[in-house]
Amino acid sequence: MVRVEFLGPIQKEALELEIANLNELAQILQEDKELSEWLQNSAVAVNDTLVSSLDYPVKDGDKISLLPPVCGG
Amino acid sequence: MLYLYDGALDVPTLLKEWYEEEAQSNYGAYIPFVGTVRSENGIDGLSFDIYEPILLSWFEAWQEKAKERGALIKMAHSRGDVMLHESSYIAAVFSPKRRVALEFIDEFVEDFKASAPIWKYDLIDGKRVYAKDRSTAIKGSGILAGESK
Repeated sequence: MVRVEFLGPIQKEALELEIANLNELAQILQEDKELSEWLQNSAVAVNDTLVSSLDYPVKDGDKISLLPPVCGG
Repeated sequence: MLYLYDGALDVPTLLKEWYEEEAQSNYGAYIPFVGTVRSENGIDGLSFDIYEPILLSWFEAWQEKAKERGALIKMAHSRGDVMLHESSYIAAVFSPKRRVALEFIDEFVEDFKASAPIWKYDLIDGKRVYAKDRSTAIKGSGILAGESK
């Protein structure tokens, strides 16, 4: 299982999913209409490292985080 | 050196501590930036969420860059609520010469605004309202929204 966490203002409980890469995650999350705007503007991290490609492999026990637009300070 | 606190920062204490910690380190310049919550748009204050694992790795990467130029960064940020005229953010650069510190504080704070995993909310009538319009999408955002292959 892979754990998917939604950070900051995305008001959504974490998910536990059986997926092998981020393409599969994209397909699942795109079915949730409430997430569509967040998917457009959020960055993705696997095990706390930001990733730039959907081909990134994920394995059992990995943690995926969605990071919406930031504003520190 | 990264310090996170619940609530507002104690600015005089932090600036003094940082000064004293490096007073004998032979830096010629100490340039702090202090961010203060301003009264605007009827807010009572601001509130912050922080994702610490990525904030820490982002900060460590900047500390390495600073080190290459003989400089040192210290940064403090608040978690949770910070009211008007209180401080939520301090960044400071120490360097042998002033030019490096002046340039570095600018680059560092700009990237902090664009990349550090911190989310800001306006406090209005006791509610937290995400400061969406002032927020910046992290570089590389949006990959999950594309057409799946």
